[in-house]
Amino acid sequence: MPTSQYAITTDPLDLRELVSAIVTPVASGGSPAVGPGAITSFLGIVRDENAGRSVLRLEYEGYESLAVRVFEQIGAETAERWAARVALHHRLGTLQIGEASVMIAVSSAHRAEAFAACRYVIERVKQIAPIWKHEFFEGGDVWIEGATADPGDDTARQNAHRAACIE
Amino acid sequence: MSPIPAIGMRVNIRLFARLRDIAGTGEIERQVPDGATVRTVWEALASEFPALQDYEVSISTAVNAEYSRMDAPVSHGDEVAFLPPVSGG
Repeated sequence: MPTSQYAITTDPLDLRELVSAIVTPVASGGSPAVGPGAITSFLGIVRDENAGRSVLRLEYEGYESLAVRVFEQIGAETAERWAARVALHHRLGTLQIGEASVMIAVSSAHRAEAFAACRYVIERVKQIAPIWKHEFFEGGDVWIEGATADPGDDTARQNAHRAACIE
Repeated sequence: MSPIPAIGMRVNIRLFARLRDIAGTGEIERQVPDGATVRTVWEALASEFPALQDYEVSISTAVNAEYSRMDAPVSHGDEVAFLPPVSGG
């Protein structure tokens, strides 16, 4: 079965598999199919330290049906700005230190777009994906709460663009 | 099969992360009046679980797995979700 471009899974993440979702050449407008000239990727990794706490593990929870739709939206937003294809998988459940929680692969004709688009995708995941970290640390546990998710918030989207476009 | 009441409708409420902890469950079915909005559902829930009230200013909401606004109408059988600030990645 081909790898989905957008997914939520409890299985360990495999970057090689993700890349396979975006390297198939796509024909457009009668032109012959052209493969990418650049692929960038990002892995988010569970860290052993957060805000001065010794982290033991993270438990990720998500609203799966909405999360996949949000991933599709992020992919569409990215395609509006860059000629790039996106694949994005996020893991849920218990993750140990050093394991990947999120993986992103972006293919484009050239490296500049591929790097910028990849950065944009992770910024948007952090802003609007309905996913939560439950942090277990030495001495307790805490739900991490970041941004109020609002996919229509243009300021947030512009901030993600800005983060992506630093040369 | 229970009959659909003539007045009011049933919605399936989904709660996540800390909100789920506060309510003690991630899925609750509740009766709401005809013409109810997402806000009506939230207010009923927040009076049932007062610790939820702190989240009034920071939650996001979704109806049938699409982000929505607090003033969006809800219909019988809808899935109405309340989401605390997100922390994926």
